[in-house]
Amino acid sequence: MAKVKPRVKVPKTAAKGEIIEIKTLISHKMESGQRKDKKTGEKIPRMIINKFTCTYNGVVVFSADWHAAISTNPYMAFNTVATESGTLEFTWVDDDGSTYSKSAKITVQ
Amino acid sequence: MTQINTPHDPQRRRLLVGLGAGGLAVIGMTLVPRAVLADADSMAAAIKERIGDAVMQDGRIGLELPQIAENGNTVPISFEVDSPMSESDYVKAVHVFAEKNPLPNVATFHFTPRSGKARASTRMRLAKTQNIVAVAEMSDGSVYMAKTEVKVTIGGCGG
Repeated sequence: MAKVKPRVKVPKTAAKGEIIEIKTLISHKMESGQRKDKKTGEKIPRMIINKFTCTYNGVVVFSADWHAAISTNPYMAFNTVATESGTLEFTWVDDDGSTYSKSAKITVQ
Repeated sequence: MTQINTPHDPQRRRLLVGLGAGGLAVIGMTLVPRAVLADADSMAAAIKERIGDAVMQDGRIGLELPQIAENGNTVPISFEVDSPMSESDYVKAVHVFAEKNPLPNVATFHFTPRSGKARASTRMRLAKTQNIVAVAEMSDGSVYMAKTEVKVTIGGCGG
């Protein structure tokens, strides 16, 4: 598979209790399983990221189940409450079990 | 132009942008044969699979979608559900469906009281002009639903 690159945008600092916005993007074809190979006429098998998870100091604060209708290079923006300083971990899981991750640190005052 | 479906609460009513938006012709180029597309029945079945026999109520979901999607391969969608998002009263999940895609499920978003807002944005593929449905499951078992039609000029599911 072509290189899969995850990117995340998390504020570096936040006030305690502030609701922050997180933006994520991952370069992934998200092969839907609907396209046909032009030469053979066969359907190209589905290969998508089907699970996205965000943990905050180890606790899952948001997750999503994606189906074939999510676009190539999936974008996901969501919110979370800045509760304490620490690390946010983002994980994407493929249909074949491949896992991609990215982390970001946040300082909460 | 973006359209926003808001709850029927006068205090939160916002102008629906793009009502009767200027005469852009809809070129319905369907890249997938009609026979293999989903329809209202298969979407209803997909919804039932998620929420069982719960009765869906109107309101509480603000669903933001373009009125006309130029490129069916990447259609932005955002929503926000009106909820205190407290430990005792929060949105557990929002399921999104596309009525006439080959498969009606688009995504399920799982929220927690730590989410702060039951809000999310992503981009999806739409095969053709169709209704998009968002179903929100609350922590108290109640279920809400919002529906918006998106016109798609070039479908995003075929070759």
